[in-house]
Amino acid sequence: MAKEKTVLTGVHFMSGDIACAEGAIAAGCRFFAGYPITPATEIAEHIAARMPKIGGVYVQMEDEIASIAAVIGASYAGLKAMTATSGPGFSLMQENIGLAAMTEAPCVIVDVMRGGPSTGQPTLPGQQDVMQAKWGSHGDYEIIALAPSSVQEMFDLTIEAFNLAETYRVPTMVMADEVVAHMWEKLVIPPAEEIKIVNRKRPNTPPEQYLPFMPEDDLVPPMACFGEGYRFHATGLTHDEHGYPQTQSSEAQTKLVQRLCDKIRKNADKIVRFEETMVEDAEILVVAYGIVARAALSAVRKARENGIKAGLLRLVTLWPFPEKHIAKAAEGAKAIIVPEMNCGQMVREVERTAKETSVFHLSKLGEEPPTPMEIFEALRRHSK
Amino acid sequence: MQIEEWKFTAKDIAEKTDLFMSGHRACAGCAPATVMRLILKAVRGPTIVTMATGCMEVVSTIYPYTSWALPWLHTAFENAAANASGIEAAIKIMRKKGRIKDEHVDVIAIAGDGGTYDIGIQALSGAVERGHDFLFVLYDNEAYMNTGIQRSGGTPLGASTTTSPAGEVIPGKLEAKKPIADIIVAHEIPYVATASPYYWRNLITKVRKGLEVEGPAFLHVFAPCPRGWRSDPAKSIELSRLAVETCVFPLWECISGEYKLSSPSKVIAMAPQKKKPVKEYLAVQGRFRHLFTPKYEKLLDEIQRITDQKWQKLLKKCGIA
Repeated sequence: MAKEKTVLTGVHFMSGDIACAEGAIAAGCRFFAGYPITPATEIAEHIAARMPKIGGVYVQMEDEIASIAAVIGASYAGLKAMTATSGPGFSLMQENIGLAAMTEAPCVIVDVMRGGPSTGQPTLPGQQDVMQAKWGSHGDYEIIALAPSSVQEMFDLTIEAFNLAETYRVPTMVMADEVVAHMWEKLVIPPAEEIKIVNRKRPNTPPEQYLPFMPEDDLVPPMACFGEGYRFHATGLTHDEHGYPQTQSSEAQTKLVQRLCDKIRKNADKIVRFEETMVEDAEILVVAYGIVARAALSAVRKARENGIKAGLLRLVTLWPFPEKHIAKAAEGAKAIIVPEMNCGQMVREVERTAKETSVFHLSKLGEEPPTPMEIFEALRRHSK
Repeated sequence: MQIEEWKFTAKDIAEKTDLFMSGHRACAGCAPATVMRLILKAVRGPTIVTMATGCMEVVSTIYPYTSWALPWLHTAFENAAANASGIEAAIKIMRKKGRIKDEHVDVIAIAGDGGTYDIGIQALSGAVERGHDFLFVLYDNEAYMNTGIQRSGGTPLGASTTTSPAGEVIPGKLEAKKPIADIIVAHEIPYVATASPYYWRNLITKVRKGLEVEGPAFLHVFAPCPRGWRSDPAKSIELSRLAVETCVFPLWECISGEYKLSSPSKVIAMAPQKKKPVKEYLAVQGRFRHLFTPKYEKLLDEIQRITDQKWQKLLKKCGIA
């Protein structure tokens, strides 16, 4: 088999979708199952061309339900696995995302958000799936979701997504938007040895003592893979530490579901990532993510030039939501503006955590993300 | 079962109002667009069309225009047939209860290969199993052309697509085309047929039969795509003839389980010297270009062998050979 380099160390000019694919490969992903959909297709196309040359697998499935199901299978078979899609496909994946959460199958799901609902505006950007990422499947569970705002972050955060998925055995989502996915800009890929890679915890007990769903102190159970001599049972039914169904026990249900939530909630401080610019003395704050954060940064700088004490808090993790930090940043601010390409989604989280501070939503749908001028105007209006 | 054949002349067709109208944004040489026009030439009365996401949906409905001069509903990618089931069942009960005029309404579901072979097969299988009275038309351009040429279950062996790229490691798609029409035949529905736009009269006749028959009908239409096949836009209709002449895409119908060759293919069955080598069909398409290089040329013989084998199998089913 022809062998190509897995980490393309160097300086590149690349699109976000391709950077995401390269990030996955650099993170050790060797299994991709997907289904074509605008604006995420280029991820699949690039991976389809790369995988045969690096000893990995690209499988084009018959739909997105099959794609995520194959990813869960591959994850349990022992590979780092991912899929990439957009809104309609993300909707189809939801039941299996619940299965991944319940069986604690580490996997990465990239959702390049376009305009919804339904078929919506396939070639235009949206940020309308961010609540779906958190709440899309039924039942209680927690996931991790990251929001890249540059081509560099499409690479970096895809690696981070794999590391988090492996650390916490949880489906991890890269919630990109069409602009970030399709734009081309500079990408620096560091030498392989400088890239931090995390692999799932492996059992350190002999097979006969292995309890597949017995958590350690971090609430995450070590994971054996199929065919390694650890005979175990994995199921979407409520199960005990042995993995066996416990469909009548309230104790088992409480214990398992609470742990699935707590392993993310109680580790949130370790997971949460955000970026602050001029927040310290800010009287008015912008909270933004994805491509919108780039426009927001420009608006905040312009506001400062005009004597408005503005600051930007950019969300890198959407879920878990950086509650403490928003609350703290909000303390000194008179107002918070949340520009989003939806009718008001993450703004509700900001409202919930900022409490005393007035929160204003700047909604923009279709066409293009909010412009720096539009955000600047909002800053000027609400700083009076 | 006997289905009465609709007799028509070229003049009848020319004079019949187009229900798929010009002004759409299909590419030059798009055979699927021709297929849409031909399908609607066969309509016999009030008709509702429901269509899965795909090239034809996109190019024919760009705001603020539509090419569809009849009730037309866009559905999600996976469920044209389920959508048609709902339309058909609702119309039926409303007629029965006297809520709408008591006249027959035809329902046509249209989908591309993605919306039929892959994501759409569950809905299709369910709808024909339940026996809804509707016609499902598959326009098969053998890949996901709308999103930029990704392989589908309908992509033939050896074709290069963006997700089965021919290169150093693989010779294009490694898997065979799914026998979709035979899969539907196995559901034991009243009418299944294949058609090709070069044989336009045959195609229109088959659409009409599919509408006239009671219960589900399935029509598999061959539809060359010059962008995806890397072929000359001027040759799309020629390709749809070559596919039949090389027996890559034979024309047949299956009425209540009885297979019957349609005349363009029957001519070849009767005079096998008329059967053209598959190479002639492959050579004019860029998606098979790599098969004509030393590295992959062995696959050419393999494709010929498989084509012959399938043709023989079909002849047997038709009681010839």
